[in-house]
Amino acid sequence: MTHILSILIFFPALAGVLGFVVDKRSAKAYGIAVASVEFVLSLWLWVGFDNVNAGMQFTEFSPIISQFGISYNLGVDGISLFIVIMATLITLLGIISLRDDTPNMKNMIISLLFLEMTMVGVFVALDAIIFYLFWELSLVPMLYIIGAWGGPTRVYAAVKFFLYTFAGSLIMLVGLLAMAYLYHLDNGVWTFNILDWYQLHLTTDQQFWLFLAFFAGFAIKVPMFPFHTWLPHAHGQAPTIGSVILAAVLLKMGTYGFVRFSLPILPDASVYFTPFMMVLSIIMVVFTAMVAFAQKDMKQVIAYSSVSHMGVIMLGVFAMNAEGLGGSVFLMLSHGIVSGALFMLVGVIYERTGTKIMSEFGGLAAVMPVYATVFGVMLMASVGLPLTIGFVGEFLVLLGFYKVSVIGTIIAGSTIIIGSVYMLALFKKSFFGPVTHKKNLSLKDLDGRELTALLPLVAIVVWLGIYPKPVLDPIDNSVKALLVQMEEHAELQTTKDAIIISKKEAE
Amino acid sequence: MGTPLLEPVNIGFAELHIATLMPMLIAIGGGLLILVLDLMKDKLDKSLYVMFTILILLVDLGSVLGLEYQNGFFDVLLIDGLAILAQVTILVGSMLFIPLALTSKRFHEYSYPEFFALFLFMVAGFQFMVSSDNLILIFVGLETASLSLYTLIALHNRANSFEASVKYFTMGALSAGFFAMGSAVLYGLSGSLELNQISVALQSRMDEAGVMFLILGGASMLLVAFAFKLSLFPFHTWAPDVYEGASSPLAGFMSVVPKLAAFVVSMRIFEMFIALNIDGVQEIILCLSVVTMTIANIMALVQEDVKRMLAYSSISHAGFVMAAVALATVKANSSIFLYYGLFMFTNLGAFTMLWVSRHKDTVHHTRFDHPYEKFAGMIKIMPVGAVVMALFMLSLAGVPPFSVFWGKIYIMSASVDSGYLWLAVVMGLNSAISAYYYLKLIVYMFLKEPTDMVTKEITYYNVSKPLLTILGLAVFVTVGSMFYVDPLLETITEMIKQSGIGFN
Repeated sequence: MTHILSILIFFPALAGVLGFVVDKRSAKAYGIAVASVEFVLSLWLWVGFDNVNAGMQFTEFSPIISQFGISYNLGVDGISLFIVIMATLITLLGIISLRDDTPNMKNMIISLLFLEMTMVGVFVALDAIIFYLFWELSLVPMLYIIGAWGGPTRVYAAVKFFLYTFAGSLIMLVGLLAMAYLYHLDNGVWTFNILDWYQLHLTTDQQFWLFLAFFAGFAIKVPMFPFHTWLPHAHGQAPTIGSVILAAVLLKMGTYGFVRFSLPILPDASVYFTPFMMVLSIIMVVFTAMVAFAQKDMKQVIAYSSVSHMGVIMLGVFAMNAEGLGGSVFLMLSHGIVSGALFMLVGVIYERTGTKIMSEFGGLAAVMPVYATVFGVMLMASVGLPLTIGFVGEFLVLLGFYKVSVIGTIIAGSTIIIGSVYMLALFKKSFFGPVTHKKNLSLKDLDGRELTALLPLVAIVVWLGIYPKPVLDPIDNSVKALLVQMEEHAELQTTKDAIIISKKEAE
Repeated sequence: MGTPLLEPVNIGFAELHIATLMPMLIAIGGGLLILVLDLMKDKLDKSLYVMFTILILLVDLGSVLGLEYQNGFFDVLLIDGLAILAQVTILVGSMLFIPLALTSKRFHEYSYPEFFALFLFMVAGFQFMVSSDNLILIFVGLETASLSLYTLIALHNRANSFEASVKYFTMGALSAGFFAMGSAVLYGLSGSLELNQISVALQSRMDEAGVMFLILGGASMLLVAFAFKLSLFPFHTWAPDVYEGASSPLAGFMSVVPKLAAFVVSMRIFEMFIALNIDGVQEIILCLSVVTMTIANIMALVQEDVKRMLAYSSISHAGFVMAAVALATVKANSSIFLYYGLFMFTNLGAFTMLWVSRHKDTVHHTRFDHPYEKFAGMIKIMPVGAVVMALFMLSLAGVPPFSVFWGKIYIMSASVDSGYLWLAVVMGLNSAISAYYYLKLIVYMFLKEPTDMVTKEITYYNVSKPLLTILGLAVFVTVGSMFYVDPLLETITEMIKQSGIGFN
């Protein structure tokens, strides 16, 4: 299948258009069917993927605006492969977990299918404009999902989400245009091909400004510490499915952007900014973990803990070595799966009780044993207990980061402790002790629909926690190739020294 | 000093190149024919005039496409790539506009054949304006077009249309005054009214004492004149009122075609000054453009009426494009046409959606015809209409892959190329601000509950097959832009290069 990436992108979009015709009552079944096909297609991508090859695979190329160098250019490597699979999986499970009585189910399914198109598109695009196109387009269905199915102040939250990210990415767009221009100056041709940009030599001054421009787009999406304020609003108001996809996939676009654009195109600036990024990331990790501890709302705890873990991912990205970067790519996957599952779990209890405030619960373990177990597993994965998926990534990131800064590692590592404090506090308050509210006595445990959505995630958490090799190997390959490329490409000797992997190691 | 304005000439008919004049003659002749038709037989239906006008415009378009690059008609007509490109855009815009007269409800102005005659005269005026480098002919074209346009606005026949028309007229008169004074200064300096001769004369006299001051004075007066026409800050105040008073399709037309014509003349005049390296001109235009896009954006944020919001948004888009005039490169000049070519369909589509929902009586609001509340919950009442309007809004906001996005990045890229990174950033931030008010309408349509007043009969009030056809075309062009931008851009760049305007 030479065009599998195009199929992966446009199949859900086409299905979304055709979905307008499908009857309301069959909409959910239609959504599940389409998302399953999409998921199987993405698995097929994995089957056909050559684990040894560290470069781009399944590449597709056809010019769109040739004289301006914009082309339809796709490809997938070890870094993006698993994020694509995760995106299709989370969409599938998210659709399964939708309640049958969701209002306007058809619109929801169509929005989710369009969202799926943009998510896949962002991660497989190799042309900066195509990347930007899907990046911006992903805002629209999300705006609708938050705004139409969200809580009381949903419109405010949705518009804030849209404008915040839109403003940041427009500055990123200026950076992309400047990149293309600099390439044009050097080589006399216009191109937005990211792989061509990797070869471009830029002065440290140019890199400095371009890094800041890219930073504006990516950091808001991640969201990095001072720019994170849109996220708690969005999570607070979004419906369960919105939070699941936002946390699991959309935030990864930011970190992926750093890995795909900032590091390899601007190696010197990336190294130059490393201390800055690290300080921001450590503040983000520690500060949001503390904020999470202070929350009364269960969903806000998960939301802030999710931001905190994104900080760990950022640390890994800027560790500039194979362990840190590989670990952070793996952590993107595990964060997607774990935070997606946790948001689904909060959604379950919210559907039953109509509240997310922890003090309203208590003793749920006795009433809903299966729910408590699944929640427990995900919670352990979230705090990074060994033998869960969360441990692998977090350990690798801290290991990689240790080579860069010992004190930073100690501070960042301490968040595992803070993390377990607030997560266990949440677990204790909600699940143990006596049942404080009589109405909670009659709560039903997980039903078949919810189990179908959650058990695959539990299985993945355990499987990849014990045996991460099949996923880690391709990631590691591509990450090493990226670092080697960075090292070769760097202008300054200090940069070359900072990038710890050497060529020999890669070979 | 110089040659007198009119010296006796002796030119054979063949050297007149009468073909260069044909397009305008066709439009004027068509307009006269409509008037004659009305004299001979009363009470002909508007559909006849609409179709006849489209046919005239088609013939006109055909003759434009057949033009060769040359000077003609006593050398006052200049047919270069720019002129042909501009005429084609003007004619296409006009052909999109005219079918909007065929609404299901009867609106006063379209029952007069004079409307269509005036419309054709106006088109001829714009055609003169863009295909000349003689300041007098530009002026004549500008005034022919403007006077017809004032009347067209007033024909909507409501109190605020008269107000709009008079307001536009007085502003237009003021701008004509500035244009005349500016041209007089240039004539005094150079003894010529042809821009290419003015350029040569100014070049040789630039070092003389005091001349630079005069040049700057003349340039500023011309800039003021065009700032009125292009609704640049601080001469933009007429625009929202005039748009509100005019009928929706005419407002949409005014936001595109007259502005494009004025942009073409601005390109010819101001890029001459910039090419002469006259300090200050470029900076002043850049300042105007930045201030225009920012102020208009901020004003648009607080509007309660969608039509007024779209009016301010059009001002902001004009400011955006004016920056390209200041950059004065081939790429920037091409981006003007790319931008307006794409913007034309999207913006006219958005105004058509307002036209579809236009009710004869003011039923929604005591003051406004199109308050935001009118569109509340539209997704529940007319889902396709809501989606179409949302597409237009997203396109105007510059969300890829919709059409205006390509124009936007091309202008931004042109400003990056010229070393104006800050300008590109300002444009980016302005797009982000503008996203808010476009989103506001989307929020109303998709995320709010319909009010009691909003029913299918009211929002679909004015719909008809021709309107739907135009809407369909606009949607098609807006959504499918990715597939035709490449050839379009190539043609535009080639023609701009041919006309020799702008640095490489």
